[in-house]
Amino acid sequence: MAVETRQGHTFGDRMPRKEDGRFIRGRGKYVDDLQLPGMLHSAILRSPFAHARINGIDVSAALEHPKVRAVITGKDLEEQGLAWMPTIAGDTQAVLATDKVRFQGQEVAFVVADDRYSAQDALELIEVDYEPLPVIVETPRALDPEAPVIRDDKAEQTNNVIFEWDHGDKEATERAFREADVTVKQEMIYPRVHPAPMETCGAVADYDVGTGKMTLWVTSQAPHAHRTLAAIVTGLAEQQIRVISPDIGGGFGNKVPIYPGYVCVAVASLVLGRPVKWMESRAENLMSTSFARDYHMVGEIAATKDGNILGVRVDVLSDHGAFNAHAQPGDIWPMGFFAIFPSCYDAPAAYAEATGVYSNKAPGGIAYRCSFRVTEAIYLMERTMDVLADELGMDPVELRRKNLIPAEKQPYESVMGWTYDGGDYHAALDEALRIADYPALLEEQREAREQGRIMGIGVSTFTEIVGAGPKKKCHIAGLEMFDSAELRMHPTGKAVLKIGVQSQGQGHETTFAQIVAGELGIPAEDVEVHHGDTDHTPYGLGTYGSRSTPVGGAAAAVVSRKVREKAKKIAAHLLEAAEGDLEWENGGFQVKGSPNQRKEMAEIAFAAYTNTPPDEEAGLEGVAYYDPPEMTYPFGAYVCVVEIDKGTGQVEVKRFIAVDDCGVRINPMIVEGQIHGGLAQGIGTALMEVIQFDEEGNHLNSNFMDYLIPTSMEVPKVWETGETVTPSTHHPLGARGVAESPTVGSPAAVVNAVVDALSPYGVRHVDMPLTPSKVWGVLRENGVEPF
Amino acid sequence: MRIQVNVNGEPREADVEPRLLLVHFVRDTLGLTGTHWGCDTSNCGACTVHLDGEPVKSCTVLAVRANGHDVTTIEGVSSGADLSLLQQGFREEHGLQCGFCTPGMIMTATALLERTPRPSEDEIREAISGNLCRCTGYQYIIKSIEWAAKHNAPTRVEVMP
Repeated sequence: MAVETRQGHTFGDRMPRKEDGRFIRGRGKYVDDLQLPGMLHSAILRSPFAHARINGIDVSAALEHPKVRAVITGKDLEEQGLAWMPTIAGDTQAVLATDKVRFQGQEVAFVVADDRYSAQDALELIEVDYEPLPVIVETPRALDPEAPVIRDDKAEQTNNVIFEWDHGDKEATERAFREADVTVKQEMIYPRVHPAPMETCGAVADYDVGTGKMTLWVTSQAPHAHRTLAAIVTGLAEQQIRVISPDIGGGFGNKVPIYPGYVCVAVASLVLGRPVKWMESRAENLMSTSFARDYHMVGEIAATKDGNILGVRVDVLSDHGAFNAHAQPGDIWPMGFFAIFPSCYDAPAAYAEATGVYSNKAPGGIAYRCSFRVTEAIYLMERTMDVLADELGMDPVELRRKNLIPAEKQPYESVMGWTYDGGDYHAALDEALRIADYPALLEEQREAREQGRIMGIGVSTFTEIVGAGPKKKCHIAGLEMFDSAELRMHPTGKAVLKIGVQSQGQGHETTFAQIVAGELGIPAEDVEVHHGDTDHTPYGLGTYGSRSTPVGGAAAAVVSRKVREKAKKIAAHLLEAAEGDLEWENGGFQVKGSPNQRKEMAEIAFAAYTNTPPDEEAGLEGVAYYDPPEMTYPFGAYVCVVEIDKGTGQVEVKRFIAVDDCGVRINPMIVEGQIHGGLAQGIGTALMEVIQFDEEGNHLNSNFMDYLIPTSMEVPKVWETGETVTPSTHHPLGARGVAESPTVGSPAAVVNAVVDALSPYGVRHVDMPLTPSKVWGVLRENGVEPF
Repeated sequence: MRIQVNVNGEPREADVEPRLLLVHFVRDTLGLTGTHWGCDTSNCGACTVHLDGEPVKSCTVLAVRANGHDVTTIEGVSSGADLSLLQQGFREEHGLQCGFCTPGMIMTATALLERTPRPSEDEIREAISGNLCRCTGYQYIIKSIEWAAKHNAPTRVEVMP
């Protein structure tokens, strides 16, 4: 039996993915799959202490191991000026520790050996003389005047404060709070979590002594930026560095930063003249690579007695770990886009202040499936909205409906200085409530409560801010945040598109082909998409913060239109008509009013190489670097239904309804898949995921037995997705980006549902993760009988 | 020590350290990199292969344990342009995104369908509960396996590459 696969897909189709053919056969090529002749393997010695002075390192026994080829320490790197590297937040991070270790799991020495097992063996042979120091684990303690100064390597650093930041109109906000009928205030913690992609981080460096070329295969979401930073850090000429980001087994922000292991493999390959591979273990991934969140927040809303928001005020203590490796789109954004927090609500005043601090934990924080702290901002807002609803005795849905920005105010100018790109938030909420059948749910809850069952309904409405970003607002380490596409049509009408963004599972090889297909009237099957090789793709900033479609996708559309402009000249030549007499119709150019006089793209492409107009160059290609005029603002409305087991405290997500408006959908199947995955991650954050430390700074969640991520058993049976489609006001395709909305919007919906379930017992807030033991404790504290 | 393992129907011999894990034997010694390594603690299932037809997490099986036995990896479930029904189901129903968990998922699901050709949704969920996926939220993986079960035929099918 053969099952036909339809050909001839274009923009907007549920096209099966082009990349699947290799993945389902096990023929994907991930970094750890690389085997090069003469390749050596490596392992990193990591600190067992969270904070300790290093008095000495003895590597002599390790060097005597017969299969060890090199042992590199911080001292060796220091001699080359490589012991420290810059972070994307403008801080420095130790590659290998020289003076102190500042978190448990920090990199201390790098062993290169003939095979992985020998490299691991040799770690046991290295002697380090540590002198333990007092440890800061509890974030507020970083501000204690008596607290040890973690970053005493920086002369100017006399305490643990990284930054102090504020944004918004303080005076207007304070006035709103003075004049309000009702004010609420809620403290909450967005705990430290980890992106935990299924593939850990790793790299292979291959320095060719003959040519002087360094090739780096890296698990990188941003290969071009990594190349530039590698050039700056190592001093190698940038044209002699080639970064290849092959198939990436999930990123979610974890693969944006440069990690010490990447630098060490490059150094080792330079020194040894052989390829060297480094691949971290799961424990290393969870302990040392970038965490996310760790925000300690206070949210306040001032409102009238009938529920109109007058002002929103926020105070945040932000824990960045031992080195500030925060993902931020420029130095004016130490809190990323946290200032989006008034979100989809028509708030007349808002103000936020924040302090960022160092602690003895792994460095970060990265934007885990999140556009630079929008996740924390939306969680704060949506939780505080429910607290306000509780204070007012109002249905949380009605409170939201009352305050959502009306569609007629779009494009909306927010008090925090953002210009939204269109949206009907009421329509999204209505659609979510329709799918949920909200009145029936309320009735079901009433009945459940009569029967003594603990059922809750949670709602969240939100807007994101994604697609960084306009050069007037954003940069990464000084690089403007454009993205690029290069399109070349071959004589037979087939095309190759090369892009600067980098898939980690998003399916760019398919969706970007669909963009070109839609613009040029050729099948998406005829467009091959290349990415992830800096020698063969135009410069781009990579994929994170939902920027692929808003920025890279726009570049793909723009370059297609450039190519179409040239195609028009060739068509005019072929048809012996004036350009002005031609129109683009159904994927070809035709003479206006004379559809029989027509040339398809394939014919035009052939002519571009065989029959060019007298005054035109041969070939049919173009390149575009797209600077978005504004951010895009995907939005949504989510409803979560939970039931809590009174005896065990187990929260079961019975239903999850997600209505997303990401503008025009390029491939609805891929969009749905992205939403499903993001919802599962959001449920994981809400119910089970947390990175914790004991008082000595020991990491307590360094494997998948202790760091729980959702399995097939913890997610609801059906993700009830819906959509509204409001094209972005400025994106060339009307698209907005989608993959992060579900992670942004869902944790609050889950927590709101759990708190709603517990509200009859006087509960107004519980911090994530809502594990059975935590919920069990809340039930018992509030006198709920287990049976 | 010298071991001889029947891998995807072919006898393979190698000298291995007694401590070598089956996942590293398959990946590094034999170069069959479709089997992935994701966690070390047999939680994630990216390394799932069949040992004498039973799915095992190859990160917690010693290679020497496979001496004289049959091992099937993702590379062995189909050949050339052919796809197994499960492989096709994963593509039809968008059962994968980054692809890292996919070979392990397919190996687990293959064993499930061999034992239970028409599994219920609950049986599928339980069968893959030892295979973590961070991308899909599982719903389309379950649909992929249901697709294969629905199209279950005694022979493999031929499709476009």
